Amino acid sequence: MDTASSPATTEARQLALWLGRVAELRDRAAFAQLFGHFAPRLKGYLIRLGCEPGVAEELVQDVMLTVWRRADSFDAAQAGAATWIYTIARNRRIDRLRSERYPTIDPTDPLLVPDEAENADQGIETAEREHSLRSAIKRLPKEQAELLHMAFFEDRPHGAIAAATKLPLGTVKSRIRLALARLRKELGPDGSA
Amino acid sequence: MGVPDMPQFHLSEDDLLDYAAGRFAQPFAVLIASHLTLCPACRRSVARFEALGGLAVEAAPPAELDPGSFEAVVARLDEPEPAQTLPPATGELSRLPAPLRALVGAAPAWKKIMRGLDEAEIGDGRAGVRARLMRIAPGCAMPRHTHGGREMLIVLDGGYSDEIGTYDIGDVAVAGADVVHRPVADAREGCLCFAVSDARLKLTGPIGRVLNLFIRY
Ligand SMILES: [Zn+2]
Repeated sequence: MDTASSPATTEARQLALWLGRVAELRDRAAFAQLFGHFAPRLKGYLIRLGCEPGVAEELVQDVMLTVWRRADSFDAAQAGAATWIYTIARNRRIDRLRSERYPTIDPTDPLLVPDEAENADQGIETAEREHSLRSAIKRLPKEQAELLHMAFFEDRPHGAIAAATKLPLGTVKSRIRLALARLRKELGPDGSA
Repeated sequence: MGVPDMPQFHLSEDDLLDYAAGRFAQPFAVLIASHLTLCPACRRSVARFEALGGLAVEAAPPAELDPGSFEAVVARLDEPEPAQTLPPATGELSRLPAPLRALVGAAPAWKKIMRGLDEAEIGDGRAGVRARLMRIAPGCAMPRHTHGGREMLIVLDGGYSDEIGTYDIGDVAVAGADVVHRPVADAREGCLCFAVSDARLKLTGPIGRVLNLFIRY
């Protein structure tokens, strides 16, 4: 079992630092580091979700350009670098697939209702939270972890999962719900376990 | 108005997971993002699911990039960014969370549907998903209706009550084919809401059945 200062956590901290340098200093060397880390993984991720390699390549370039342009909207207290970049890739992929904009909240929206619990949460570092999430997934029963994997990491709709696992659709849905409830329990209300 | 109340009616965890995974058609996703703007609790759930997405990216097998990939991006770093500005919000539009305001645009085309109910169609209704803003006059009751497919609705201003409960700003109602209800708008403020459905509503009851013939609900 890895600890809070595992290599993954150290790496997550480093990535967030580089992203911060891109935002504040427009640091191209830091951007090159981020590109080196994320671009090949993003391309692999997009191909696994069913993108043609050519399309995946275009999307990766587009995502990395957005990382450069929007780095100032990255908030290290809210999300890790990989999570933030995941949301950009998700949005770009949908924009491309369906030619429509996938909506996300605007942190500067005057209507945004602030999170009171966030203050209590501030002592917990994002990298540690993500570490907790990783280990919580490892503690899930194998079948639940697999379903979550198919639903999320491979972007298979529930119907396709039902076909692949030969389980009835209702069973797939209720097991995914179980997995989510279990994750929530493992992580506690503030996501820190 | 003071400190805004937290919503009482939320989206299910599986809907939030599907939102985080990017599986909703745009109008549904806009409705969910609007709720997230007003609901810190659901926002925390989505952040957790998006972190799963972050792990998925980290765990993906790296694929070889095209030659010159990095240089192609670097060459574009100084390009001017396409501006993305929302129209300034006034009046009713200031009650719309940013994701919804972006979808609605500057001037929704309100139409009187019946006494006490105005509607504005939003978007192009592609893929059979229909989205609309609804403005219901104070104390006004809507005809009893049921839902052919899935309908989601979010209250943006005022509120309404039905057999299930009282819905205030930020509250979301999700109805399936099995729900028949008769909403009544708040007696003082009326109700401004945004509804998305993937099938036609069906009015029930004798008057409703006649109205079905005339109203493209
Ligand atoms: Zn909520």
